[in-house]
Amino acid sequence: MTAIGWAQIALVLAAIVAAAIPLARYIAAVAAGRVTFLAPLERAIYAAGGIDPARGMGWKAYTLAMLAANLAGFLLLFSLLRLQGLLPLNPQGFDGLSPWLAFNTAISFVTNTNWQAYSGEAAMSYLSQMAGLSVQNFLSAATGIALALALCRAFAGGGLKELGNFWADFVRMNLYVLLPLAIVVGLAFVALGMPQTLAPYVEATTLEGATQTIPLGPAAFQIAIKHLGTNGGGFFGVNAAHPFEGPSALATSLQIWSHQVIPFALALVFGHMVRDSRQGWALLAVMLAFVLAGTWIVYASEAAGNPLHLAAGVSPALGNMEGKEVRFGLALGALFVATTTGASCGAVNLMHDSLMPLAGLVPMFLIQLGEVLPGGVGSGLYGMLVFVLLAVFVAGLMVGRTPEYLGKKVQAREIKLAMLAVLVLPAAILGFTAISLVLPFATSSLQDAGPHGLSEMLYAFTSAAGNNGSAFGGLTADTPWLNTTLGIAMALGRFAYIVPMMAIAGSIAAKPKLAASSGSFPTHGPLFVGLLAGVILILGGLQFMPALALGPIAEHFLLFAGKTF
Amino acid sequence: MNAILRPAIAVVVLFTLLLGLAVPLAFTGVAGVIFPSQAGGSLIARDGRVIGSALLGQDFASARYFHPRPSATTEPDPANAGSTRAAPYNAAASAASQLGPSSAALLEAVRQRVAAYGGVAVPADAATASGSGLDPHISAENAARQIPRVAEARGLPEARLAALVAQHTEGRELGLFGEPRVNVLRLNLALDALR
Repeated sequence: MTAIGWAQIALVLAAIVAAAIPLARYIAAVAAGRVTFLAPLERAIYAAGGIDPARGMGWKAYTLAMLAANLAGFLLLFSLLRLQGLLPLNPQGFDGLSPWLAFNTAISFVTNTNWQAYSGEAAMSYLSQMAGLSVQNFLSAATGIALALALCRAFAGGGLKELGNFWADFVRMNLYVLLPLAIVVGLAFVALGMPQTLAPYVEATTLEGATQTIPLGPAAFQIAIKHLGTNGGGFFGVNAAHPFEGPSALATSLQIWSHQVIPFALALVFGHMVRDSRQGWALLAVMLAFVLAGTWIVYASEAAGNPLHLAAGVSPALGNMEGKEVRFGLALGALFVATTTGASCGAVNLMHDSLMPLAGLVPMFLIQLGEVLPGGVGSGLYGMLVFVLLAVFVAGLMVGRTPEYLGKKVQAREIKLAMLAVLVLPAAILGFTAISLVLPFATSSLQDAGPHGLSEMLYAFTSAAGNNGSAFGGLTADTPWLNTTLGIAMALGRFAYIVPMMAIAGSIAAKPKLAASSGSFPTHGPLFVGLLAGVILILGGLQFMPALALGPIAEHFLLFAGKTF
Repeated sequence: MNAILRPAIAVVVLFTLLLGLAVPLAFTGVAGVIFPSQAGGSLIARDGRVIGSALLGQDFASARYFHPRPSATTEPDPANAGSTRAAPYNAAASAASQLGPSSAALLEAVRQRVAAYGGVAVPADAATASGSGLDPHISAENAARQIPRVAEARGLPEARLAALVAQHTEGRELGLFGEPRVNVLRLNLALDALR
């Protein structure tokens, strides 16, 4: 690790927090319907859908509307991918996807996971990328933000029956937040070197006379929303490690900024909406602490290099460079790893499969903690608020008082629902991983032997259920078994979590808002920040320890004892 | 039912037209006018023929050129349907080795690269494959280690090549971000242009 490396990390994080402050104010204004510069377009969409944006919805109506929008998006994307070969804007003449792969990919993009069992430049037409995948990058992100806004409103008022109008939230977040940001960031990405063209691939003749096929496409705009919406699905196969998708250290820094700024801003939006900005800053502090700790572990492990390779004669100066690009450096690589997995983004600028064992543990663990650090756009905030309820419940048990958060009594119903939500992740991850590790036709997908092979399978279901989308890429994921089970894990991780979370929102909203008293437990100070971090670590992380001990931790000790597989 | 399905279908279809066609097509037009080179893939042409992209590495095997990093990209094997064979810097299918840190296959590959490089304190970028298989850069140390070979093959003084490498070593971006590096294709183009 070097001082200049840490300076890069500090500057990028400072830029994120600095931008999150005004962005939070803006998002809160959009959520309240006070931003109207695209009003004619907005009204046209409402008219076509027969939508009255002023009509409030209870938690069930809100959730049903969200599910209907996601179902429509899934069916449209699935059809586009299956019919790709017959549709225009396909200069390379790619065929339609197999039903398994189309199912997996459609679920993946609708749930904001962006797990990819295909390689973009070898399988996707320009139309599929633009009108299929890009669109879901917007819609799944707006879905997450809308749900988070509904939960914020539940805490903001007392005795509420309604949580807002899903369609209004969804349309406004797309038009006023995601679209303008994607255009600005996208143009910056083109300036930094990302292609944006409909021209077919170019055949180049190299200096040594060989032929090189240069893939192109409308990449920059999709890459912008891929990061801003914490989607993470690469335009090209190797994602942001590709020189066209991550052309420079500045581009990779701007990508990190893009997939962090909205999740961090949403923590502050919560503070605005409950009219106590300190509450938002407390959540942000927990998020930032985990990002920093994760970055530090990855940076330190990678900078030390692989002892087996050093013994074979490799210079230690650059650290572990397998699966990494020269232009980014280890510091921005480590920050990318921690932010992309803490934020449910899943884009990668280096290959997680080739990280040192303890560095590879970090992305897996950050996802397993529930994708709340800072989590996906919207999903991070509502996941974090579920942990907050558990934290105040634990605090209430310790002092023997009925727990209370922001003047809302937290009772048995909310805690049962919160535990139900928190258990979705371990059930999906550990259940599917365990089954897949004893089925011969599933283990044949593993590339590496020994504990690293176990890590590859564990990472896949962790990434899918956590709606992250990054991978230990050695796994051959395009098989009927993995396409199907990973698809189910993605749907569970998204929707089986959302339904109990929205039930909590409905229940919290209906409660009266009590005034704070001298007996209220303050939820904005360092004590609460520490408590919340502890609850996330213990309730979110403990159940994964046995699996992690068999995977990366076992690999770490065996590797340092000189064992290879 | 209609009250739920109608808005869902209308909103998804309209956003597909807006966010999936109208905006990206307009964006493509604007980007192509403001940044034509970048939007088109940063292509480099020599004598009217495209020889590559400034951003994508390409394979160099001749002793007369500086060599890029090892690459894990592959291509379909014509002799054996359904399997692949090594094809370094195949830009049509970006790929990394994805080998784990405890992989015996990776250690063996590293040992062979180290042996081919002289065996001691080999720069890590020369002993390992990149994340994309298309890394356009090598470290300055890696370039320096190749100067004697290129100088001998071209019959040029080493000092002249050292000056050329120094001239093509890019510093950190804005003096802070990333790592110092050498773009292999640009360096080799400059090499061909000498004399």
